[in-house]
Amino acid sequence: MWGFSSEMRVMAATSRKTTGTRAKSTSRSRGGAAKASPAIIEFDKEQELAAYRHMLLIRRFEEKAGQLYGMGLIGGFCHLYIGQEAVVVGMRMASKDGDQMITGYRDHGHMLAMDMDPKGVMAELTGRRGGYSKGKGGSMHMFSKEKQFYGGHGIVGAQVSLGTGLGFANRYRENGAVAMTFFGDGASNQGQVYESFNMAQLWKLPVIYVIENNKYGMGTSVERASATTDLSQRGASFGIPGEQVDGMDVRAVMAASEKALEHCRTGKGPYILEMITYRYRGHSMSDPAKYRSKDEVQKMRTEHDPIEQVRKRLLDNEWASEDDLKAIDKKVREIVAESAEFAQNDPEPDASELYTDILL
Amino acid sequence: MPIEILMPALSPTMEEGTLAKWVKKEGDSVTAGDVIAEIETDKATMEVEAVDEGTIGKILVAEGSENVKVNTPIAMLLGEDEDASALDSASASAPAPAPAAKEEASAPESSAGPEAAPVYAQPVAPAPDDAQDPDIPEGTAMKTSTVREALRDAMAEEMRRDGDVFLMGEEVAEYQGAYKISQGLLDEFGPKRVIDTPITEHGFTGLGVGAAMAGLRPIVEFMTFNFAMQAIDQIINSAAKTLYMSGGQMGAPIVFRGANGAAARVGAQHSQDYASWYAHVPGLKVVQPWSAADAKGLLKAAIRDPNPVVFLENEILYGQSFEIPDMDDFVLPIGKAKIERKGSDVTLVSWGIGMTYATKAADELASQGISAEVVNMRSIRPLDIDTVIASVKKTGRLVTVEEAYPMCSVSSEIGFQVQQLAFDWLDAPILRVTGKDVPMPYAANLEKLALPTVAEVIDAVKAVTYTD
Ligand SMILES: Cc1ncc(C[n+]2csc(CCOP(=O)(O)OP(=O)(O)O)c2C)c(N)n1
Ligand SMILES: [Mg+2]
Repeated sequence: MWGFSSEMRVMAATSRKTTGTRAKSTSRSRGGAAKASPAIIEFDKEQELAAYRHMLLIRRFEEKAGQLYGMGLIGGFCHLYIGQEAVVVGMRMASKDGDQMITGYRDHGHMLAMDMDPKGVMAELTGRRGGYSKGKGGSMHMFSKEKQFYGGHGIVGAQVSLGTGLGFANRYRENGAVAMTFFGDGASNQGQVYESFNMAQLWKLPVIYVIENNKYGMGTSVERASATTDLSQRGASFGIPGEQVDGMDVRAVMAASEKALEHCRTGKGPYILEMITYRYRGHSMSDPAKYRSKDEVQKMRTEHDPIEQVRKRLLDNEWASEDDLKAIDKKVREIVAESAEFAQNDPEPDASELYTDILL
Repeated sequence: MPIEILMPALSPTMEEGTLAKWVKKEGDSVTAGDVIAEIETDKATMEVEAVDEGTIGKILVAEGSENVKVNTPIAMLLGEDEDASALDSASASAPAPAPAAKEEASAPESSAGPEAAPVYAQPVAPAPDDAQDPDIPEGTAMKTSTVREALRDAMAEEMRRDGDVFLMGEEVAEYQGAYKISQGLLDEFGPKRVIDTPITEHGFTGLGVGAAMAGLRPIVEFMTFNFAMQAIDQIINSAAKTLYMSGGQMGAPIVFRGANGAAARVGAQHSQDYASWYAHVPGLKVVQPWSAADAKGLLKAAIRDPNPVVFLENEILYGQSFEIPDMDDFVLPIGKAKIERKGSDVTLVSWGIGMTYATKAADELASQGISAEVVNMRSIRPLDIDTVIASVKKTGRLVTVEEAYPMCSVSSEIGFQVQQLAFDWLDAPILRVTGKDVPMPYAANLEKLALPTVAEVIDAVKAVTYTD
C-alpha cells in the first residue's frame, strides 16, 4: 500500500515551484454574485500519477464492493462513490496530516483517501471482526481516529454539525487543523446545516464545507428540491465565501481546496466548496436510477470521467505508457483483491462483542 | 482461469430474480463498469456491470430465465490471454454458489431463551459493589447550599481542574444563565470557555458532540430539556451510538444538562419529564439529582465521565437549600442509589423532584405508625436495581413516585424488574404514583390535578400495606 501522507510530503517539496497556474475557468457559468472560479493547478508527473493511483483504487474498490454485495457478502445499504473520486482525492492532495475528514454514508472513498487500510474497510463492509468497527458499524458507520476520519454517518446532515464541532475543537486547541466536512446536495437543505454555518462564521471556525453536488439526492434532482441551485452561495447570508468547482477535474479540486484551506488556516473562518460531480451508480445498490436517462450517465462517463482525464494527460504528456498504466492497474487490483479476500475469510465478530463498546 | 460471473443480489432482501436481458453477447469484450445484463428483481429492473476485464466466453443462463437464485453462475469471463478452451476445464469444477455469510451467523447463547433476564448496558468494568457515597471524614463541616449553587460550584471546580471542559448554551455567559446556574463562570473562565450560543439547539448540540469526538469535554446546557427535542437526533444517533459503531475507537465525553420536567404554570410545551426517553437508549448515562449534594457530586462525576451523560435538573429544585459536605472534591458515583431514610413497612422509590413527595409522605406516614424506607435513585441509567431489590426484600412492598407520564415510564421499568427479581418477596402488587396521562394544563387547579400529590403517595402506601 502507498500512503498519501508520505507521498504528498515528497511532492510538496518539489511540485510547487514547477507548477504554474493557468487562469482557465473550470466552473459552470453563473451570473450575478458568483465568485471567480479558481484556476487549475497544472499537475506535474508525480501529482498526475498519484491522483491516478488513488482515484483508481477507489474506483476498483467500489466495483469490488458492488460485486461482494451482489454475492450477498455485504448486506443492508451500500452507497458507492464511483464517479466522484476526484473530489476526495483532490481535497486530500491539498490537505495536511492532522486535517480531519467527516462525511455521510457514501464514505468508502473518503476512508481510502485518508489512508485507511482497504482490508479494514472491506472487512467492515462484510461485517467481520477485522473491520474498522469490529463489524459493528457497517458501510455507513466507520471511523479511524488515528487517521483523522470521523465517520461515516447515516443521518443526512448530522455530520455537518459534527464537523463544525471538529473545527471548534481545532480553534479551541489552536492546532492549525482544518475540518473538511462533506455532505450532499440533498443534505444541503437540512436545517442544521444553516445553524452550523451561522456558528462557524460567527466564531470563525476552520471548517471547509464540501458540498458534493452529484445532482441527485436519491431520486430527487437538485432542481426539484432546492429553491436556489447554486449551492456554493448557500452561505451568503452568513458571509461565508463559496465557489463552484469542477469536481470531475482533480486539478480544479486541488486548486480550490488549497485556497479554502489557506482561508481557514489564516483564521478567516469557514469556506464552502460546491463540487459539481456525478455518481454513476444508483443511490445505493438497490436503486435502479430510473429518474435519469442513460444518455445523461453515458455522457458524464465518456466526456468527464475523472480518471480518464488524468489517464489521457499522462499518455499525452508521455509521462506514462500504456504498459505503465497497466502495471498500476494491476497493482490496484491486487490491493483490492487482497482486501476482498481478507473481508471474506476474516471471521465474524465473537458473540461476546454484542455487549462491548456501549459505555467506557 | 476464466472468471465466473454470478447472479448478483441487488437489494438487501433479494434472493432470486429474472435475467431479463443480455446486453453483451458471447465473444464481446468488456471492461470494468460496462453494463453486461439487465436483471429484474421484485422491485425494479437493474443493470449489472462488469467488475473485471475480459471477453464473455460463455453465457450460462439464457435471457428470460426466471427465478435465478442469487450467486448462480450466469456467465464465464475469459481473461486477456485465454481462449474458449479454458472454459472446458473450468466448467468441470464449477463450484457451488458461495453461501451468504448471514446463514452462518448464530445467535449468542446468552440471549437465547425468552425467560432470560434482559441485559442492560453497563460500564465495561462493573462498578465496584462498595461504590457508596464517599465516606465523609470525621469532623467534616456541613454547609447549606442551594441546588443552583451546587451546580455552579461543580462546573467551576471541574473547569479549574481540566482545561478541556467548557460550557456552551443559550444565555450561559453574559446573562449568567437563564436560571442563573452559570453565575460568575464567564468572569472566571472567559468567553473562550463559557460560550453564548445562538438559539440553535440542533446545531450547537451537534457541534458539541463533534468537539467531544475530537476529545474536548463540553457541557451543553439546554435552557430546558423541552428544547432538546430539536437536538435529540444528535444526542442519540451521534453521541450515544458512536462508541459502539466505531468498535470502541471513539465516543463522546459530553454532558447535556438543564432544567427538565414541569416548572410552574408554563403549560404543556414547557412541562415534561424526559427521563424515560433518554433512559431507553444504550450508550447514554442518565442522572436525575434531587438534593444539592446529589447535584454537586453527580455533576462533577458526569463531567469526568468518558460517556455522554444526560443530566436532568429541575427548575423548582434550583432554589431549594440542602446540607452539603464542605469538601474540596465531593464526587458521587453515577449508577448508585442512596437510601435517604430507613424503614421496614414499605419501600418508596423516587428520584429528582419526585423525592419531594416521597419524603413528605414518609414523614406523614411515620406519624401514622407506618415505617417507609425511601430510596433516592439519583441515576436512571445505569439503574441501581440492587438497592431497590434489597429494600423490597426487607419490606415486601413497593411504591414508586415520579412526575413523568405513566406510559413507558421509569416506574414501569422498575416495576418490571422488581417483579422479575423479587417476585417471591412481594406481599402486594407494586403501585406507582405518576403525573397524569395528559399534556400539562395551564389552569392552576388543573395543573395541580395533573401532578402527583403527597396524598396520592400516602394512599398508595396504605393500599399496598392493606391499612386504611
Ligand atoms: C435525516 C434523514 N432523512 C432521510 C434519510 C434517507 N436518505 C438517505 S440518503 C438520502 C439522500 C441524500 O442525498 P444527498 O445529500 O444528495 O447525498 P448523495 O446520496 O447524493 O451522496 C436520503 C433521503 C436519512 N438517512 N436521514
Ligand atoms: Mg446528491
